[in-house]
Amino acid sequence: MTSGPQPPTSTIEVPLLAVRGLTKRYGGRVGCLDVGFDLWPGEVLGVVGESGSGKTSVLQCLAGLLQATAGTAAFAQRDGAVVDILRLPEAARRRLARTDWAMVQQNPRDGLRMGVTAGANVGEPIMAVGARHYGRIRREALGWLRQVEIPEERVDDLPSTFSGGMQQRLQIARALVTRPRLVFMDEPTGGLDVSVQARLLDLLRRLVTDLGLSAVIVTHDLAVARLLAHRLLVMQGGEVIESGLTDRVLDDPQHPYTQLLVSSVLHP
Amino acid sequence: MNSAAAPAIRIRELAKAFTLHNQGGVTLPVLRRLSLRVDGGECVVLTDPSGSGKSTLLRAVYGNYKPQAGEILVRHGDRMVDVVSAEPRQILDVRRRSMGYVSQFLRVIPRVPALWVVAEPLRALGVAKSEALERARALLARLRIPERLWDLSPVTFSGGEQQRVNVARGFIAGHPILLLDEPTASLDAASRSIVVQLIREARENGAALLGSFHDTDVRELVSTRMVSLAEADQEAA
Amino acid sequence: MSEYNFAYLDEQTKRMIRRALLKAVAIPGYQVRFGSREMPLSYGWGTGGVQVTAAIIGPDDILKVIDQGADDTTNAVSIRKFFARTTGVRTTTRTERATLIQTRHRIPETPLRDGQIMVFQVPIPEPLRWLEPRESETRKMHALEEYGIMHVRLYEDITLHGRVATAYDYPVRVNGRYIMRPSPIPKFDNPKLDRSPALMLFGAGREKRIYAVPPWTPVKSLDFKDHPFTIERWAQACALCASRESFLDEVIVDDKGGRIFVCSDTDYCGRRQERAR
Repeated sequence: MTSGPQPPTSTIEVPLLAVRGLTKRYGGRVGCLDVGFDLWPGEVLGVVGESGSGKTSVLQCLAGLLQATAGTAAFAQRDGAVVDILRLPEAARRRLARTDWAMVQQNPRDGLRMGVTAGANVGEPIMAVGARHYGRIRREALGWLRQVEIPEERVDDLPSTFSGGMQQRLQIARALVTRPRLVFMDEPTGGLDVSVQARLLDLLRRLVTDLGLSAVIVTHDLAVARLLAHRLLVMQGGEVIESGLTDRVLDDPQHPYTQLLVSSVLHP
Repeated sequence: MNSAAAPAIRIRELAKAFTLHNQGGVTLPVLRRLSLRVDGGECVVLTDPSGSGKSTLLRAVYGNYKPQAGEILVRHGDRMVDVVSAEPRQILDVRRRSMGYVSQFLRVIPRVPALWVVAEPLRALGVAKSEALERARALLARLRIPERLWDLSPVTFSGGEQQRVNVARGFIAGHPILLLDEPTASLDAASRSIVVQLIREARENGAALLGSFHDTDVRELVSTRMVSLAEADQEAA
Repeated sequence: MSEYNFAYLDEQTKRMIRRALLKAVAIPGYQVRFGSREMPLSYGWGTGGVQVTAAIIGPDDILKVIDQGADDTTNAVSIRKFFARTTGVRTTTRTERATLIQTRHRIPETPLRDGQIMVFQVPIPEPLRWLEPRESETRKMHALEEYGIMHVRLYEDITLHGRVATAYDYPVRVNGRYIMRPSPIPKFDNPKLDRSPALMLFGAGREKRIYAVPPWTPVKSLDFKDHPFTIERWAQACALCASRESFLDEVIVDDKGGRIFVCSDTDYCGRRQERAR
């Protein structure tokens, strides 16, 4: 309980993201059904469930990778205006995606350009929003490599020469360089060795706190959820079957499925 | 001694049961209609035997357990917040600024040094890094954790050392409300006596403490009032 | 004369190409798709340029064709002969006398004037292709001005070589909007595109794209503030005409590695030599 993430400190009264009735159907199949939640600045929301629970559909609809079938997602922009990101025209959505939010993919290769150097990967998002001074771009990239604990001398190396864990940390640097307010993460530690996972989780925990990020993190791993998330949504069969404070949901699960999930986790 | 008109903790008709859906749906009622009040400057000690719900009550007050009915009002700044119905971010804010919890054992995050574990609650309050670390060092020293361990993760510490780190983390921010669930369980006599001092100092600073201690000596030394759950619960069997 | 239609292409095809050219001129730097035809030369040898020229050439035009700056290389000669045979128009090697200049890989040194048209042969029209193979993606990136990766390209050059190493086909931003490949002209020629009085037309036959820079359009080469765009410079002057301002080719003259530097633009060099005599 006491070893979870630092609590959000914002006093803003409008949620950063207010989702209502989010539904995704694939023909007759349901991806997710009637999902709703508020996300406040500085808050990390974990979406947990097993394969097929709908957690990935939720994330992908919000991140714009999938077209939602129904629902609204009101996002509070930096200028105070609120827009429904599910209904934005693609141009506006891509612009917001460049400046206000970021996505960390499960497989870092999906979120990186493998054919350019680490420094270019981190520099690209700021070049995409107008950075035109090579020296400053490079300094910024080096600063972020330091933040994610990648040795500076790797800045000119290709990501294909990095280990999986280092590729993932590079992806995180690339995601955070534009100082997004909202980060979507899809199984950020999936596929990594356990020791590498631990290091990455520490990093994410520290960054989320230090940068005051809001995040939606999809994971099947309850330990990851406990460590990173302030709140949880538990999903089953496309629906949210329980939600609340992370330690409350994990220590005092109410719904039968949540109880099953929690009791199934092995403790070494 | 602070005895403000408004209590620090006010529990009203609290009901908490556990339903184990995956074990035949059996329901275990623990608290039925519990009412209790704790004021600033008090240290209320729960005296029931193990398994009667002392931990359950403490966790419910902390927001870690979800009651089926009732209210748990805790003082947060100049307001009272009902933990039972509060939003998660409100509860987190209450925990950050007003309410601390010391459990029986430390939940360890690998790789985080003991010093940072203890400093974290101060950092969450916005205290500058250097000051937070300084105060953490002082408290760890007071609890007799050797300096060579400060930069190590508590993962490899003994049970007693881990618990002392846990205690330090619970007391460092000086929260006006402290919940203590067998905080001295794995400690030797010398360490226990330091914890007793910490409790008394908190009490003298006006904090409201609610806790359970199986050690009767410790109980005598810290409590201002002993309460039995069986009596506080109007419908106890 | 031949049995072919004037300039080889049928009139409907010329109209189709002209429609594409009008669209291209209306949106400077934007790649317009067109129905590229089979031409009597292979892909990679200037079919795009030939189609553009064929669509706009008229009986009163005076045509110049150059390849790497020279009028007398094999490709320049064969394309010029092709048009002479299918149109009967006058041809010239003098830049200032031409109304229509088809070129591969150079812009003439002699400044162009109002009323002249340059037709460029383009191998790869898409500047974003090096990093994004999907056509669907590059179209969106152009539409949304998502040009971050072009500066990534320059960044990589500076990282690996200490400077932007791209020496030809150097990407430019046209009219402050679209990013374009100016075809494999040396970067030395890029400044000639900026606000030129001439109309610049670009044809890629194999890739089936046409684009254009209308007269007086701003064309800016991409760079960084602390690594500004620069053109090539030589320590030597042209060995034949002594010019210090033109683009020089390095020519090996003997088996011992002897070399001279001469203007790549044969017309320009030749007339400087004439004037000097």
